[in-house]
Amino acid sequence: MLDLLTPFFRRLYDETGWNFVIFYEQYEWDRFVAAIWVSLELIVASLFFSLVVGIVGAWLQGSPIRAVRLFMSGYIQFFRNTPPYVQLLFFFFVLGNFTPKVDMGGYYEPMITSFGWAVISLSFFAGAFNVEIFRAGIEAVPESTREAAESLGYSRLMAYVYVILPLAFRVCLPSLNNNLVNLLKTTTQAYAIAVPEMLYTLNQVWSDNVNVPEMMIVLFVYYVGLVAVLVWGMHRWERKMKIPGYG
Amino acid sequence: MSEAPKNGPWTPDRPMVGIKDVHKSFGDLEVLKGISFDVMKGEVICIIGPSGSGKSTLIRCINALNDIQKGSIKVEGIEVNDPDLDKLELRKKVGMVFQQYNLFPHKTALENVMMAPIHVLKQDKADVEQRAYRLIKKVRLEGKETSYPGELSGGQQQRVAIARSLAMNPDVMLFDEVTAALDPETVKEVLVTIQELAEDGMTCILVTHEMGFARELANHIYFTDRGVIVEHGPPASFFAEAKDPRTQEFLSQIL
Repeated sequence: MLDLLTPFFRRLYDETGWNFVIFYEQYEWDRFVAAIWVSLELIVASLFFSLVVGIVGAWLQGSPIRAVRLFMSGYIQFFRNTPPYVQLLFFFFVLGNFTPKVDMGGYYEPMITSFGWAVISLSFFAGAFNVEIFRAGIEAVPESTREAAESLGYSRLMAYVYVILPLAFRVCLPSLNNNLVNLLKTTTQAYAIAVPEMLYTLNQVWSDNVNVPEMMIVLFVYYVGLVAVLVWGMHRWERKMKIPGYG
Repeated sequence: MSEAPKNGPWTPDRPMVGIKDVHKSFGDLEVLKGISFDVMKGEVICIIGPSGSGKSTLIRCINALNDIQKGSIKVEGIEVNDPDLDKLELRKKVGMVFQQYNLFPHKTALENVMMAPIHVLKQDKADVEQRAYRLIKKVRLEGKETSYPGELSGGQQQRVAIARSLAMNPDVMLFDEVTAALDPETVKEVLVTIQELAEDGMTCILVTHEMGFARELANHIYFTDRGVIVEHGPPASFFAEAKDPRTQEFLSQIL
């Protein structure tokens, strides 16, 4: 791959001074490829866990137990009303201090890595919005549909899993789409706690090579591409979930 | 009616559904003010009356979709007003069909019929599928198995809803104004389905405005107004000899 890119980008640098060093030097290329993987893992894990938080949270929000509902609204208020950047720093520097360290044979590593804290923090952040998004979807499912499930013997949980959630999903996919796009972009904040994702890595690259504009272009193109893939996938999902004769 | 023992397991000589002095309020509004009647196995009961008289509330109380404040509703010996009621046990015995069909729009007709026996009763999928095909055929919807509710007419959806209820093998079927949302020409196909059910011996409780149907099929008709049963009787005498002025007025408007 790099062999294919090298001639063009080396000539570009020689002739114009545009320095896309990551495309013609093995060392920088390796850093770039590693960053792709880290950022993808970070994005996929955060998207996944934020959905889990959203689905479970929306279920808890409808709980008959008042304390559970209060807890959920407290959670949402906290994560929606504070900056995600501050949340990330709080998780890493404050909570990170209290987590046990693991003996790695002579030296100690924290049980949760900065990558782990980034996933946790981002998932809870986006999850708070997902709860609200799912709740809107759930409220759009007619009470009578719920009653039909109930009178067929469905428990609250089973009705949620088999009837309510599949219908709610369809209603809330457009707003879910928005929130997940936001989450994807917010993952770059993991930069602040030294997760070697794309922004962090390219920042190192431009520190070493003084090529900020070029690396900025790479960053923009990279995220435009990722978001395009996510949106394309979500739209495909939306079309696939479309029910004949409904809505 | 025979004096059966009050306790012990339910036997067919006792009422399948026994309703005694049922009171139900929504906030300050009392909608049921002491309703009592019994339904024996295989009987078809029609509840008629003006809107707002509490008919729908009453049959919704029978399968615990609404709770009651006072009185007792027993279905095959299960006390519905028991705080420790096992709702699943109750709902295995009682099927319900709604005015707006309330099918699950994301599932095909066949899947709608199959879902509850698989999810709730944990029955074998292949067996349930066979039974579902039979039920779809029984409600005369052969060929519509893979259609989604949104692709079916109101009458067809309502028949799927009946099949869906029957798939749970209930002992009693509740019909809550099931033809009220239908076009006149599709009302008949639903009524025929219910008629066949009744003829098979299913115990049916219907809230309905279909007087012709009530006259032809019901064993007993109850007329409710403002939360009480005003008058009741077998169809022949009920329609011919209504005594209460409220019943007479209602019938004169409807017939």
